[in-house]
Amino acid sequence: MTETKEFTCIRCPLGCNVVATLDDGKIVSITGNTCPRGAEYVTNELTDPRRIVTSLVKVTGGERSVVPVKTKTDIPKGKIFECLEELKKVTVSAPVTIGDVVLANVCDTGVDIVATANIE
Amino acid sequence: MDKDLVIIGGGPAGLAAAIAAKEAGVSDLLILERDNKLGGILNQCIHNGFGLHTFKEELTGPEYAARFIDKALKLEIPYKLETMVIDISKDGEYKLVSYMNREEGLVVVRAKAVILCMGCRERSRGALNIPGYRPAGIYTAGTAQRYVNIEGRMPGKEVVILGSGDIGLIMARRMTFEGAKVKLVAELMPYSGGLKRNIAQCLNDFDIPLLLSHTVVDIKGKERVEAVVIAKVDENSKPVPGTEEEIKCDTLLLSCGLIPENELSNALGVVMNRVTGGPLVNESLETDIEGVFACGNVLHVHDLVDYVSEESAQAGKKAAEYLKAKEGKCSCSESGNKAEASIKINAVDGVRYTVPSVIRLSRMEDRQTVRFRVGAVYKKAAIQVLAGDKEIMNLKKAALAPGEMEQVILQKSVLEALPDLTEVTIRVKTD
Repeated sequence: MTETKEFTCIRCPLGCNVVATLDDGKIVSITGNTCPRGAEYVTNELTDPRRIVTSLVKVTGGERSVVPVKTKTDIPKGKIFECLEELKKVTVSAPVTIGDVVLANVCDTGVDIVATANIE
Repeated sequence: MDKDLVIIGGGPAGLAAAIAAKEAGVSDLLILERDNKLGGILNQCIHNGFGLHTFKEELTGPEYAARFIDKALKLEIPYKLETMVIDISKDGEYKLVSYMNREEGLVVVRAKAVILCMGCRERSRGALNIPGYRPAGIYTAGTAQRYVNIEGRMPGKEVVILGSGDIGLIMARRMTFEGAKVKLVAELMPYSGGLKRNIAQCLNDFDIPLLLSHTVVDIKGKERVEAVVIAKVDENSKPVPGTEEEIKCDTLLLSCGLIPENELSNALGVVMNRVTGGPLVNESLETDIEGVFACGNVLHVHDLVDYVSEESAQAGKKAAEYLKAKEGKCSCSESGNKAEASIKINAVDGVRYTVPSVIRLSRMEDRQTVRFRVGAVYKKAAIQVLAGDKEIMNLKKAALAPGEMEQVILQKSVLEALPDLTEVTIRVKTD
């Protein structure tokens, strides 16, 4: 059975409308993408959707009480809320520098959580 | 105090302008910033998606800001924090910049050139005229963003968002991440004001409904927001009676557009563009007042910070050229520039405005970026550029939307080849 699925690519601000044609769940064609990242994104969305997660963790002894963080690379979309729960348990102490690992291998994804701002 | 160049604002525009000016040889410069940190609004934009154009990688707001702050520090560009500019005025060829801070009190700087980099602010509830009481729990999306991301405080638990600007979309996801229930986003227009990818990754990913052609017609609750009433609107944006629906919530976030912050420019008497709410500028991003430049969101609201950085670097470079030209000549030959031939850029047929709006060929770079926005959603259209009556560009576009900034790059050689050219027209062409 042939079906088509539409996606808005999130890899850059262009937001291409990418259409995947599937035959028995297998990708037959991908159209509408401006660059190869669009095809890669849609392939991932159909097999293993992933997102970069950005949030905050608590910080003590600093100019601010929270420091922004991100997953260093994308993690499975299904693990976003589990990852956020883990971040609630983390407290770091100032100073914090951009790139500092605040939590290694979050939720067994193999991906580290790193700080994205400097806190003095 | 005398300065060659004063930059008003230390956000992305001010930083990029200062760096470019310094690199072009201006050493006597000063950034004035009212916050307690450089970086401006980027500091609270902790989501990723910045810098794909500039650095070829996806950064968060604070990371993007840090790249520019580090560079400014390395170049030893002087700056003052928690310093509020309260007035700019003319004094012959100089500009008098009055600022205040806790250490120095009131100080007046006499500057040869000024770059306006004050950014923009959000349209507030007062400006939107939403009826109802004035309970706690109504915030602009950016204010809520500051509470959550900088101060670590949550403004509420059950949220309705009015307006689908990017900050509203980003905050829908952000509040969801922090445990709030975002019930819906209502948008007055039949299309979103934000980037498509933000609808995908901030709303669709979390099943948050986006109701187009809807608005808030009433806010319930006296001490705290208890509910809002939303309704459909017709093609004239008027609520349709009978379509009202009450949505229980404790928080209403507003993401209904950004307004360039030009109180200082207005006080100085800069001629403004009524469409953008920012100054009218020429190819050098110079306002009608000689030596006063503008860039970033104070000039026109951008969708991507990458474009702010690019534009602001241009303003910094041109301000440096202006200062060099001034140094090299005696004040008596000043009047020579005024009568310079210039090309007016007309924005018509769906193109709402252009930045710049006039080009002096003699000052034009080989490639001049002209940025603009369209006024409606178009599918399968083209951007047509006419020099006089002659078509010099026809760029096919699968889609055009008001939420996304467009640009064309004009070649100096093409314009020069057309004698007596006085007008360039940019329009949307539909079949």
